[in-house]
Amino acid sequence: MIDSLTVATEAVVQTATVIQESGFVTFMKAFSNLAIPFILFVTLILGFAKKIKVYEVFIEGAKDGFDVAVRIIPYLVAILVAIGMFRASGAMDYIVKLLSPLTNLIGMPAETLPVALMRPLSGSGSLGIVTELINEHGADSFIGRLASTMFGSTETTFYVLAVYFGAVGIKNSRHAVAAGLIGDFVGLLAAVFFCRIVFL
Amino acid sequence: MLNYIWFGLILISLVVGAFTGNLEAVTNAAIEYAATAVTIALGLIGIMAFWLGIMKIAEKGGIIKLLSKAIKPMAKILFPNIPSDHPAIGTMLMNIVANWLGLGNAATPLGLKAMDNLQELNPKKDTATNAMVVFLALNTASITIIPMTVIAIRQELGSANPFEIISTAVLASTCACISAVIAAKLLQRTPWAKKSDPNRKDIAEKSEVKND
Repeated sequence: MIDSLTVATEAVVQTATVIQESGFVTFMKAFSNLAIPFILFVTLILGFAKKIKVYEVFIEGAKDGFDVAVRIIPYLVAILVAIGMFRASGAMDYIVKLLSPLTNLIGMPAETLPVALMRPLSGSGSLGIVTELINEHGADSFIGRLASTMFGSTETTFYVLAVYFGAVGIKNSRHAVAAGLIGDFVGLLAAVFFCRIVFL
Repeated sequence: MLNYIWFGLILISLVVGAFTGNLEAVTNAAIEYAATAVTIALGLIGIMAFWLGIMKIAEKGGIIKLLSKAIKPMAKILFPNIPSDHPAIGTMLMNIVANWLGLGNAATPLGLKAMDNLQELNPKKDTATNAMVVFLALNTASITIIPMTVIAIRQELGSANPFEIISTAVLASTCACISAVIAAKLLQRTPWAKKSDPNRKDIAEKSEVKND
């Protein structure tokens, strides 16, 4: 049992080194940069080959852009106002104090708890906290690396929910919030787990 | 659920704000963020229009259908209620790939187009279907391959190796994504979620349950 755990840990650490040294980043960046030109090229060539009036069809589709953006407004106002008020009230400090005994249990530095709590609520807010932590503790400290991993590993759940459901006018989101928050929570635990393996 | 969270956030803000003397800041934040929301939404117009235009060409050119067919087996597991040649599958795939590649500007418009396609299949237009919730799970807990924003910050603040968090972020985000999808799939079986399911008659049929 312990043997297999050691082997697994070893494998994760080795994969991490391979990913960092193999030029994977350069490859992925190049791939990302080419993805959009590639999509445009294929779409237009195929459309043209099928004798589609590409310009007219483009206009027809693009017309909806304004409507979608406007439809999102009430949803985004509702979510962002609540989150803005919450941030301004200073309630986060109390929640951090309340939860900090738990962070020690999972080997998570209490300093990174605000990142975890803010991440699903606000992208700019949590990025601000990450920047502060890196400034204070250094980018290559354990806290700096963990905070970076936490930020990099999930999305701003409430923003995504507001925009996606808002765009089609869905008011009852059913279990979407719960599923999203479970994802965030597992992501947070996994960030702590993998950072401890790779960086400690 | 959003009802309770929204109510809770505002109530906590007001109560804590009153106790700590931050009440003025709380009020100002409400006004400021309401304006920010509009700025963000209006900022989407151009990029939305662009991608919706391109997607219309892709749809008419048959690319979306082609993509839908290509991931048929995977789509059947994740979205059993969506016909496998429906354009929703193709647009969702494009959104997910854009997310993984870190193309945020393209991912959101593609995702909203996918929601639009999913909405075509929704018999109750103001309530999320199971497929929508699974799709949202894939987006709120998206797999990250290169977390560019945070890498840029690390670089700026003098990290010796700003990229070293890629491996941990990939692993953690994969765990987050898988668990969010599993959570969505498990939660849709709870009586609470079943009661509000827009497709609930289909789900109640035993043959459907077996196919799941």
